[in-house]
Amino acid sequence: MKFAIVQFPGSNCDQDCLAALRGIKGIEADYVWHKETSLREWDAIVLPGGFSYGDYLRCGAIARFSPIMRAVVEDAHAGKLVIGICNGFQILCEAGLLPGALVRNRSLHFVCDMVTTRVEVADTPFARGMPVGTLLRLPVAHGEGCYFAGEATLRELNERQQIVLRYCDARGNITPAANPNGSLENIAGICNGAGNVFGLMPHPDRACDERLGSADGARIFQAMLGADATNRAAA
Amino acid sequence: MKVKVIVTPKETVLDPQGAAVREAMQHLGFSAARDVRIGRYLEIELEGDAGAHEPKLRELCRELLSNPVIEDYRLEMPNESK
Repeated sequence: MKFAIVQFPGSNCDQDCLAALRGIKGIEADYVWHKETSLREWDAIVLPGGFSYGDYLRCGAIARFSPIMRAVVEDAHAGKLVIGICNGFQILCEAGLLPGALVRNRSLHFVCDMVTTRVEVADTPFARGMPVGTLLRLPVAHGEGCYFAGEATLRELNERQQIVLRYCDARGNITPAANPNGSLENIAGICNGAGNVFGLMPHPDRACDERLGSADGARIFQAMLGADATNRAAA
Repeated sequence: MKVKVIVTPKETVLDPQGAAVREAMQHLGFSAARDVRIGRYLEIELEGDAGAHEPKLRELCRELLSNPVIEDYRLEMPNESK
């Protein structure tokens, strides 16, 4: 399975993503510069973390208009797996591929910490093989990670099972204390209605080796690999 | 010709920055500020007639300069009579 890691000016987790993905058997990964216009040869797309365009205007607001984004939107609509991590999540929201927005952390502080998240949906390519309630320890590092959406959108996200990950305590309880940024309903990651586009604030790319404190992030990429294999078998 | 765009967080969106500034005002002895909202202000220098650009400017306000999920915008066109 071939992953494209899109590099925007100011992306800074592209190397983390490359190292993490190449460390997983069955996955190939390479960079794609944001000026490119096609992603046809890739099976999955990663929008990595960082500070694209210096976070000018709003996080992700300018990256959203990079030439590559037209291909990302087209491929996303065609069903390709797309994962946006941190700044990548912000870009996906700005591009309208995911509902809602990420705003300034309620504390106003940049948070850099290891958090625990709970898998809320079993039937998603990004948590394939992980039962609801599975806990994933992942690092966060962001200043604008507070998930916001209007009431109607939030209701819809819940009804359609699009909330994939929530921040929780070590036992899996969804509590205000376990919420690092003030996100509505402790939301850490959501997917689109079709289920093939996933955005999350925590960094699975920085948690793919026990020596870094957790290897739970690799489970997300492995889930994508498994989903891809299933799709191929079905095709 | 210059147009101005003022972007503010929507009423329903929490503005922790504004809240922190309001608190600082209170520390300075000014307790009359009930609420402070922090937004963005843009000045755009235009070539030609501003009115002719208005539809495109509005589109840009919606698509780029503000995020309608969390922000409102106000586009101030120059007063033609001046």
